[in-house]
Amino acid sequence: MRILTAAIAMASGLIVLVGYFYPLDALTQLRIMLIDWAVVIAAMAVLVGVANLIFVHMDKIRKREKNSGYGVLLIMSLLATVAARVVGDFLKVGDMFMNIAVDAIIVPVEASLMSILAVTLVYSSIRLLRRRTDVMTVIFLLVAVLFLFAIMPTPFGPLLGGLNDYILQLLGMFSRGGARGLLIGIALGTLLTGLRVLFGADRPYGGN
Amino acid sequence: MLALGIVVGSAILLLIITFLRRKSPAVLRRIEAYERLNRVVGLSVENGTRLHISLGRGNLFTTRGASALAGLAMLRRLTERTSMSDRPPIVTSGDASLSILSQDTLQAGYSAAGAEDQYRVNTGRLTGLTPFSYAAGTIPVTRDEAVSANIVIGDFGAEAALLVEAADREDTHLIAVSDNLSAQSILYASAQDPLIGEELFASGAYVGAGPSHDASLQVQDVLRWLVIVAIVGGAVFKFWGINF
Repeated sequence: MRILTAAIAMASGLIVLVGYFYPLDALTQLRIMLIDWAVVIAAMAVLVGVANLIFVHMDKIRKREKNSGYGVLLIMSLLATVAARVVGDFLKVGDMFMNIAVDAIIVPVEASLMSILAVTLVYSSIRLLRRRTDVMTVIFLLVAVLFLFAIMPTPFGPLLGGLNDYILQLLGMFSRGGARGLLIGIALGTLLTGLRVLFGADRPYGGN
Repeated sequence: MLALGIVVGSAILLLIITFLRRKSPAVLRRIEAYERLNRVVGLSVENGTRLHISLGRGNLFTTRGASALAGLAMLRRLTERTSMSDRPPIVTSGDASLSILSQDTLQAGYSAAGAEDQYRVNTGRLTGLTPFSYAAGTIPVTRDEAVSANIVIGDFGAEAALLVEAADREDTHLIAVSDNLSAQSILYASAQDPLIGEELFASGAYVGAGPSHDASLQVQDVLRWLVIVAIVGGAVFKFWGINF
């Protein structure tokens, strides 16, 4: 079974890769078909994932684990969201109930997490020098603060006056160069990770 | 044609170096975060505490999937190493396919260690499908599940800061790395030992995932030198007015 799954994974990967480089009609058709199958499997995976989420929280509730009350809330919210969709379809009002759920609950909750995130980032920056005091840390903080000053909108115009453009140009040059370097490294890592999976050296789909 | 050449050349190099590395393992440079990871894995087994591995939201149908695959390779090795622990590691992810693969990897890891009975299906969890719901679902794991070390590896966005903050508040060890530039800058400011750029893809080699991972690092080094030569050469040719 392990050999079969590895063979299917490797063959599918090779077909998609070769189809990408040589867009022959037959290969392209095969590539599109394989990708379509993968998309269907991914959609099913969402259902399995949601079921897993429910089982994990039901298990917590059953064992009366710490903070299992949040699990009750999660399952009730999930059921309410499904009900909103089904009732909306039944009453033929389209996405009205779903839109209410998204606009009144999901978006505000995520926005509040975003605001917590902003505070967390400021707090992390303040603690950074206490955690690590080296040249790179000082440069990192200095550049972050200068960038913030340079892009910050104020009622009086640019905070750093005529220096604004120079700072953005100079620091931007270095940071863009650094970012490209990081992205090249990540691209090389991505290539080699893909090849390992293609050769069956890494088998995240099970097997040894 | 150049792209195909790079892929084929890399594949041949990977196969050759993997074969060579079977006989003589690679000597790796010291990366503080991975050294600490190896220490905390041992400590978690001794303490009877858990590892929490957060694999991020890397969708396998996008280029971000590679970081998820690197995380899975690391997970596989860590599962084997912690298989004798009373508390199995918990894996959280923000992508449904990734969550299924994490369960499969956990099972394969226990099976390879001869401890199939240790596997629990609810240790591989999908905690949310949007960035913030994923973070909100993952934070309670850090807080409530007797976790002593958090390994945050994969594709994250700004929400990584919330995970790092939660780990910090619980005073647990944290090893964090991402392929996303925003997350990298956030992790640089928040994590104890930040890992940068392609160090994400070195994780397998540093936890002893096998010769193919060592070989990958060496091929990456070769390709990196080729890129440097191409960039410098391109600049010199441009300076001389030679265009391709």
